[in-house]
Amino acid sequence: MMANPPEGGDEDDPDAETDGGLRAYTVRLELVDEPGELLRALAPIADNGGNLLSIHHERGNITPRGHIPVEVDLECPPDRFDDVVEGLRGAGVNVIQAGAEHYGEEVNVVLVGHLVETDLSNTLSRIEDEADAVVLDLSLAAPEGTDGISSARARLAIDSGRSSEALAAIRSIGTDKDLTVVEPLLGGDA
Amino acid sequence: MKLAILGAGDVGRSVADLAAEYDHDVVALADSMSATVDPSGIAVADALERKVGDEALGTSDPEDVFETEYDVLVEATPTTLGDAEPGFSHVKRALEADRHVVLANKGPVAERYEELRALEADSAGSIRFEATVGGAIPVLSTIEDCTPQAVTAVRGVLNGTANFILTRMAAEGLDYEHVLAEAQDLGVAEADPTFDVDGTDAALKFVILANVLGDGGFSLEDATVEGIQSIPGSALDLAAEDGRTIRLIGEATREGIRVGPRLVPENGALAVTGTRNIVQIETRNAGSLHSSGRGAGGPETATAVLSDVGRLPPL
Repeated sequence: MMANPPEGGDEDDPDAETDGGLRAYTVRLELVDEPGELLRALAPIADNGGNLLSIHHERGNITPRGHIPVEVDLECPPDRFDDVVEGLRGAGVNVIQAGAEHYGEEVNVVLVGHLVETDLSNTLSRIEDEADAVVLDLSLAAPEGTDGISSARARLAIDSGRSSEALAAIRSIGTDKDLTVVEPLLGGDA
Repeated sequence: MKLAILGAGDVGRSVADLAAEYDHDVVALADSMSATVDPSGIAVADALERKVGDEALGTSDPEDVFETEYDVLVEATPTTLGDAEPGFSHVKRALEADRHVVLANKGPVAERYEELRALEADSAGSIRFEATVGGAIPVLSTIEDCTPQAVTAVRGVLNGTANFILTRMAAEGLDYEHVLAEAQDLGVAEADPTFDVDGTDAALKFVILANVLGDGGFSLEDATVEGIQSIPGSALDLAAEDGRTIRLIGEATREGIRVGPRLVPENGALAVTGTRNIVQIETRNAGSLHSSGRGAGGPETATAVLSDVGRLPPL
């Protein structure tokens, strides 16, 4: 472990930053569904001294505006991060979240019910729209087959301080579609 | 103190059984059919033996309890909703006779809190009801010590049956129906588990907590309540993928009451296992306090009743 390279960007500790060191950042983009779009979007990152760590391309998950959300983990010296974001924007890429500033809170919800029959994809679009949340990932379990009761866990990004409103909106979507919404317990150190 | 005990279920019988340990005398014990009354102290062991053997508790009428000389009426009849009768009238009669009342029956405190407090204000007696929330766990006395004004919210698990079912579902990957049947075999769930699994029992306790925090204003119909019947094993599996689990959690604040299945960290304080209960008391100046323990059971709940008796002022 002695040979651990210094660019092991430490996400857990935002203060872990050494002189000339690198830090990891997450950038969330929305891309138009066209060939070559992803490659075009990534070029400004390297051009501005950023190093790509991973790309999470959620093809199956279209945003309400019809775009494809892409989550990019990268590392760069802290003083270059603004240039990376500027570079992306300059290239006409839609940056919806950069670094920690917009992410705010991440919450999980579990939905239970006839998820497939009630149009899961519409449910998720409504969550993004009405709860003003971004679906980061989704797991589905349908042990009874798609006609039966299934469960889904969605990890959502919500603006800081807006969790209660977002969860209330998800609750009312659940009521509309006769789904049980298992919310996280907010408040207190559960 | 001289105790008159109404209700000879698990809690009433245990109060009678343990009273001597706490230096109290039992002068009456009644169920809905009959009573045994003796101003110099009833023979507790004999009465309990008759009750367990399905014989009449005694030769007196339950009405006679109110005619005898007692200091504290222990109201341990079954919880009823709505008008909370006959429990409410029992409390009323005792307070109007300037006696103390200690309740294990949740009905009157959840459904008719303001009326109870009004009766208490006109009486030389006081009411206490630690046993109605969290069995053996000192919840209300902790809030009283913190002073209710300094408590901003109370959250937690206050139904052992629902918690047992969710724990087993998560651990064994079994479905609700299967685990419920197992819980009934083990005696953890009653033959009719409706109030435990649909959240009503937990909701009554959180209504009581909201009444204490807000000095009244709430009854069961003000609570937003959801049960655990619709939670499949797969939902618990998905929660576990992210280090979480699902528990039937209640929340009481001055704004209201909410009970329902919620995601909590799998290794967090609120994710107690089995029939265990826990409360988290959120305070204005001292962060959160957690108490956990046995939330039900005859002797456990009886200790809460007898601690309340010990806190009463002399009449």
